[in-house]
Amino acid sequence: MTMQFNDETFRGDYTYRNSPEAIRRFPFPFDQDSYMYSVNIEQHPGGPQGSPFEHMFDVDEHYVAEMRDREITLAEDPLRCQSLPHMELAGWDLLELIMVSKARDYPDLFSLTRDGNDWHWVNKPMGIDKRFTFLDAATLPYGPMEYITRQTQGDFALLHERDGNLWMDAGMVTSQADWSLDFDVGMNFFEWHAPVPKARQMGVFDKALKFLLAVGQGQHYRRLNWTMTVNPRLDTSPENYHKWGPEKRTITPENVGHKQFLRVELQTFFRLPRSNALAFPIRCYLASLDDLVTQPKWGRRLHRVLRDIDPDLADYKGFAVNREVIVNYLSQYDDGEPTSPGIFPED
Amino acid sequence: MTKLALKVAAVEQLTPLVKRFRFEDPTGAPLPVFSGGAHITVEMPNGDTIRRNSYSLISDPYDPSGYEIAVRREDTGRGGSSHMHSAVAEGDTITVSVPANLFQLDLRARKHVLIGGGIGITPFLSQLRQLDREQKPYELHYAARSRAEAAGIALLPEAAHIHVHISDEGNRMDLGAILDGQPLGTHVYTCGPEGLIAAVADQAARLGWPKSAVHSEAFTAPPPGAPFEVTIASSGQIVPVKADQSLLEALEAAGVEIDYSCRGGACGRCETAVTACDGQIEHNDHWLSADERAAQKKIMPCMSRFKGTRLELDL
Repeated sequence: MTMQFNDETFRGDYTYRNSPEAIRRFPFPFDQDSYMYSVNIEQHPGGPQGSPFEHMFDVDEHYVAEMRDREITLAEDPLRCQSLPHMELAGWDLLELIMVSKARDYPDLFSLTRDGNDWHWVNKPMGIDKRFTFLDAATLPYGPMEYITRQTQGDFALLHERDGNLWMDAGMVTSQADWSLDFDVGMNFFEWHAPVPKARQMGVFDKALKFLLAVGQGQHYRRLNWTMTVNPRLDTSPENYHKWGPEKRTITPENVGHKQFLRVELQTFFRLPRSNALAFPIRCYLASLDDLVTQPKWGRRLHRVLRDIDPDLADYKGFAVNREVIVNYLSQYDDGEPTSPGIFPED
Repeated sequence: MTKLALKVAAVEQLTPLVKRFRFEDPTGAPLPVFSGGAHITVEMPNGDTIRRNSYSLISDPYDPSGYEIAVRREDTGRGGSSHMHSAVAEGDTITVSVPANLFQLDLRARKHVLIGGGIGITPFLSQLRQLDREQKPYELHYAARSRAEAAGIALLPEAAHIHVHISDEGNRMDLGAILDGQPLGTHVYTCGPEGLIAAVADQAARLGWPKSAVHSEAFTAPPPGAPFEVTIASSGQIVPVKADQSLLEALEAAGVEIDYSCRGGACGRCETAVTACDGQIEHNDHWLSADERAAQKKIMPCMSRFKGTRLELDL
């Protein structure tokens, strides 16, 4: 079946919506009724058919609209995409990984034909048909990382490995949970994670870095992270805080169900072959509270998680100001019944 | 760890002590490409144990048609290299890991100086192909005692920026002359005997090079030694380690689950906590700090051994 792509916006009139199928496959991040940090890492890809974990790079009904939104953000602020000079090779590695994966996983939508370094790429949803020379940046309209990430949902950080650390030396970041590539570019793993409360003292980052440095070719991993966003806005950046920050104050008991979104990041890790860099795609999924409570298990669980969460985490994740309204709203969907283990909805 | 079952496509004697091996996919499928300085781990079944040694790849990193390694026979080693020399022939099937890299080029460098001693030339053979492809300026210095021992000569292209130093011919490598006067932003990489690595680091420090521009790779095969025993804390199981076996190999043979990657004391993956130690750990790795070694609370089973009455591991 050919995929239908939504005509929708992530700003202004906010016409973004999830179909019932999109809701059921939403990557709900809580596998139990409470939340604290963990290095919750699993192998990727792999998951139930139709889930966002099935393929290397998930393509869904929001694809075309998300790429249009990225184009708007980049036109307003080109620094959302940066690549230090030594990272071009990693960009080619990423381009290869994405093109090969998408052509294999979605043959109806994408195709890639290779004859040595002469490549032919077809992206049907975006109407792109391009012949170019692999490893020759002069044959593409943008650098290789920018070219392919203008056609791939999610943000991307390319991490250079040296001195026993990882350095954020390239990225495409337009759908971020309040962090800035322009601020973080060139920083190491500990530096760019410095704002996260509690985690460093818990030793989370030392373990996470050790794990990442050991990720080898052909071993891909994922984890889920989450936050809360008012309105279905992809670009919740520090640069544009003046646009979306005040929207947090528009939540009322009457509109919270359709204006308050759970924002889930599907983070994946890939070791790139020629550059030995790590690719770190961060894919954003948005679902409103009204979307989520259509699955009774998720309504019960989200209520319990947000009711009991550490206040520091509510603050860091940016919803402390609306927590009471959110929890009150969700309480009507929590009948106190037990929830089943795992993240997937009950049938 | 992702593994590949490959066919030994060619074996070539380069010098009396060094053989080159070429591995290809048995169906001709392309192999994962890699980065300059990467290595693979080669499995060598031997009775009840599987010996695994890591070797630098010496072929073109962007060529998926095959992997090549060069192996120097070490008659005083655990037997891995002599197994490669005596038991591996063209047409055999061999299991290797996908490439991993603990000695990558820093592509920020304005110039790269590569210094290899003896069999330590191997990681540079893939690096210089990558540098050629990337069109980065570099010079390579290869030092060997005698021309007969110098396997690198057969493997290195002839070029003005590739220098061979044979000490028997009165042409010893002069590190001061090599490192002095290099442009700002040059990085130096050394692979070879510990003494060479230390001498380059020392010379670079004296000339005021930043530490982050000085790289080295010293991982070697684990050394043999006297047999010893370890106790597994969780089960009480006692695992004997033979003279020609590494502790990691003994744990694997005993069915104890343990993670690994480089098997050369460099990557940190097999780091294991020590819950009781009555004796002396012989730390042969490059991972633990001097303080960690002295504390005897951690061990790297891929390289290190033990002398004493009791060593208990948190496994």
